[in-house]
Amino acid sequence: MISVENIRDNFPILSQKVYGKSLIYLDNAATSQRPLSVIDFQESFSRECNANVHRAVHSLSGIATDLYESGREAVRSFLDAEYKEEIIFTSGTTASINLMAHSFVEAFCARGDVIVISQAEHHSNIVPWQMAALRTGIEVKVAPINRDGSIDLEELREILKDKRVKLLSITHISNVLGVVNPIQEIVKIAHNQGVKVLVDGAQGVVHSLISVRETDVDFYAFSGHKIYAPTGIGVLYGKRELLDIMPPFMGGGDMVDTVTFEKTIYAPLPLKFEAGTQNIAAVASLKPALEFAMQISDNDEFVNRERQIVEYVTKELNVIEGLTILGTATPKIPLFSFVIDGVHHEDVAQILDKMGVAVRSGLVCAEPLINSYGYTGIIRASFAPYNTLEEAQIFIKSLHRAISMLK
Amino acid sequence: MTLKEEEIAIVEEFAMFDEWLDKYEYLIDLGKNLPIIPEDSKSDDKLIKGCQSRVWLDSKFEDGKLFFQADSDAIITKGIIALLIRVYNGREPQEIIDSDFSFIEKIGLKDNLSPTRANGLVSMIQQIKLFANEYR
Ligand SMILES: Cc1ncc(COP(=O)(O)O)c(C=O)c1O
Repeated sequence: MISVENIRDNFPILSQKVYGKSLIYLDNAATSQRPLSVIDFQESFSRECNANVHRAVHSLSGIATDLYESGREAVRSFLDAEYKEEIIFTSGTTASINLMAHSFVEAFCARGDVIVISQAEHHSNIVPWQMAALRTGIEVKVAPINRDGSIDLEELREILKDKRVKLLSITHISNVLGVVNPIQEIVKIAHNQGVKVLVDGAQGVVHSLISVRETDVDFYAFSGHKIYAPTGIGVLYGKRELLDIMPPFMGGGDMVDTVTFEKTIYAPLPLKFEAGTQNIAAVASLKPALEFAMQISDNDEFVNRERQIVEYVTKELNVIEGLTILGTATPKIPLFSFVIDGVHHEDVAQILDKMGVAVRSGLVCAEPLINSYGYTGIIRASFAPYNTLEEAQIFIKSLHRAISMLK
Repeated sequence: MTLKEEEIAIVEEFAMFDEWLDKYEYLIDLGKNLPIIPEDSKSDDKLIKGCQSRVWLDSKFEDGKLFFQADSDAIITKGIIALLIRVYNGREPQEIIDSDFSFIEKIGLKDNLSPTRANGLVSMIQQIKLFANEYR
């Protein structure tokens, strides 16, 4: 059993020293660290099970295929999807959204139709739509957020009334604000207008359990590397009846039923969307990774500690003179983006690094959002379930020291 | 001091610090003491855009020598600018062309100059080299 006491034993990387100081890793929103169960699984896969999937009759290929498909089942169960074939593997959230920007747009949008995103999106949920707009003549509209980082539901409702809107593509939790969007309510508003919903769950899956059936979202995207799995693997969930209508994004091996030089019949779901050899070991390792995540989310100790950290860090940041937190609405995950009057974000991040505290600084792939608050960069500290309250205290102490050096 | 001697002096100064934080404290001090450059030298055409810190660089060529004025919105970057100015200001173009800028690496600040940081400092060094090449 994983508990708040023993969780760190699962993460060998966390006992490292940097510049002679104990590493305090607070860049979890960028990528999370991997537990032993995932590290060991990947190694044993390479040693014992490596083969291509779905293709050969030999024994190794059978084992690899079973493991690959058990990764799919793990994701299905994690997202509470109804059917396994609703789980499409991609290389990450970014790839999932790009798939949508091709296949959804081709199936459901005509020139002049509208895709709505929010003001709080990561570049990955902005740029693919702009590219689709250039390619196909669709339009991209932006739904505003309130100053506290919550989505402006009234405005959203208004924007979605436009009959040309075909899809709302919105983040579950912004990687800058850390505020949880009310997905269920948003889906209801959209569905009332006949608008489909894609949720960018890159941050969302890590901190709040999602049931795609309960929330009734049409599409949900996330990345493995932010939830204990390796890089280069991601998921697009989509309702079967929608994915069925959508044309494939990429063509190649594995995604076909029959091929002649004149015409190709595509394979049924999910393979239709999985052209070429996939990141097999990474798909398979989603199983131990998501099992690890489930154990944590089932344990109230972690919920309590997360709440403690949010309360403690919020309180401590608020007493620092000239400090402004971006994203103050609730519910909020332990992710804190902030600016300090008269102190450059990059300076703070560099000094904290030398104290062993790893944070992020800059535009964190959300330039329009950060600019809309009037800033050119922020400092971001993002906590994972393996971060302790003591680490939060050291972070705050280090931050005070950094500021006094810089001011 | 020649350019080379100035570089050696800086490397020796930094060798005195065992603690990383002390090095940065020193850089911050240098940054704070970098002469303020006039606002009109900070026009957009002198701005070297970086992902994080911004750097303004103004340069002129007089009596066969190159002169630089620079500023940044980040104080550590300013500290490194102060070091660059100490080494390269008032030098002949050929001296600058012959220098390899390796003292930055020797004092352990290579990270600050890595292209992946995409900060203004990297571009500043490129500008200094370009400028030296123009006037040699
Ligand atoms: C909210 C959000 N969306 C999308 C992404 C992109 O994820 P990836 O780079 O794994 O494709 C990230 C990660 O940086 C994110 O935080």
